[in-house]
Amino acid sequence: MSEFDHDHNDQGPEDGSGVSRRRVLECMTWAGTGVLWTISGGVPRSLGLVGAAQAAQPAGLTFLQISDSHVGFDKPANPNAIGTLEEAIAKINGMPTKPSFMIHTGDITHLSKAAEFDNAQRIISQAKLDVHYVPGEHDFLDEEIKLYRERYGRDTKGAGWYSFDASGVHFIGLVNVVNLKAGGLGNLGAEQLEWLEDDLKGRSKSTPIVVFAHIPLWTVYPEWGWGTEDGARALDYLKGFGSVTVLNGHIHQVMQKVEGNVTFHTARSTAFPQPAPGSAPSPGPMKVADDKLRGLLGVASINFKAGEQRLAIIDTPLQG
Amino acid sequence: MLSVTLRNLAVRLVVAVVLTFSQNLGSARAEDITVNIDNFTFEPAQLTVKVGTTVTWKNRDDIPHTIVSAGKFKSKALDTDDSYSFTFTAAGDYPFFCSLHPHMTGTIKVE
Repeated sequence: MSEFDHDHNDQGPEDGSGVSRRRVLECMTWAGTGVLWTISGGVPRSLGLVGAAQAAQPAGLTFLQISDSHVGFDKPANPNAIGTLEEAIAKINGMPTKPSFMIHTGDITHLSKAAEFDNAQRIISQAKLDVHYVPGEHDFLDEEIKLYRERYGRDTKGAGWYSFDASGVHFIGLVNVVNLKAGGLGNLGAEQLEWLEDDLKGRSKSTPIVVFAHIPLWTVYPEWGWGTEDGARALDYLKGFGSVTVLNGHIHQVMQKVEGNVTFHTARSTAFPQPAPGSAPSPGPMKVADDKLRGLLGVASINFKAGEQRLAIIDTPLQG
Repeated sequence: MLSVTLRNLAVRLVVAVVLTFSQNLGSARAEDITVNIDNFTFEPAQLTVKVGTTVTWKNRDDIPHTIVSAGKFKSKALDTDDSYSFTFTAAGDYPFFCSLHPHMTGTIKVE
């Protein structure tokens, strides 16, 4: 809780009068590997290309998002998903601004095999960062659904949701990949929504909130199941907060929407790209020319700078 | 002692004949059917079969899928080219879906 010392309430009254500043969002590049986020006083702000970020030397909290590593995937769209995850971690290790920690927005493995989890752990740990995970549907495929929970489910609630604080930012990891209903989308469920409401109750509205989950919380493309059935209820609880950033994976491409004080953003996969909504017969892995693949995989970096109402996101591809 | 052995043999023969006959009868009455999974779609998605039919789902996508009929049957995650079979022994409607990609749905009507 000492990290809350950085909560700059002196930036303005807590009734959200700084809205216009908070709406500022610049996302300068969707290049590919990851998203570099800068949270400055509450709103996501792009740092631009990695080179520009280096020049600016952003202060405050910088964290990294990786997603959809699908360790074990070996199909034509990328026969070596382990290799591209290694490249992503090397990219992270080479970043000019060392992130404080990393979030992984699910589909760590392709088939929830123990060896896949072990390989993922071995490679991701080479970044030497704390990693906060949420599961994707590919991480709950083992018979007893225990391999993910044994590794990452400690100190979490329900199917694996939790919250934590860092540098005055409140982070909430949600699970929307269990108990999916026929014909439906992603699902949070009543128990988790109740927990979320409680988690936010009494929290200062000037606290920047970052929510992360595997499937997009907003409806991207229901025909392919890209959305969360009860995501709107979660967003209801987040109304009134000056700065809300929602980070997801699942769709293996960068997509962003800004609605009021809420910024929605999806990160690239490190394993294989998927087609833009409706542009292919199905959302299955997209085979591209070998020399194009690394331009479509990547990580994301996010920076929060106390004292400015801005949060920056940079998507960095493995290549290009 | 000889008569006992002969009777034993006769019983075995009868059992074998009945088993063979019933198997033939089974396949004559209910033809086995395959449902392919391509592009996140069950094909065919709607199917009417006779009691005793075995339906086999085959995943031909590069992504795992499951076949779940609430309270009736549930496959493991099928990787590429994996199959799952279920034999329908009772009449009724069996709606099913992929629990990983719930927009994938289908129904088997058993008569």
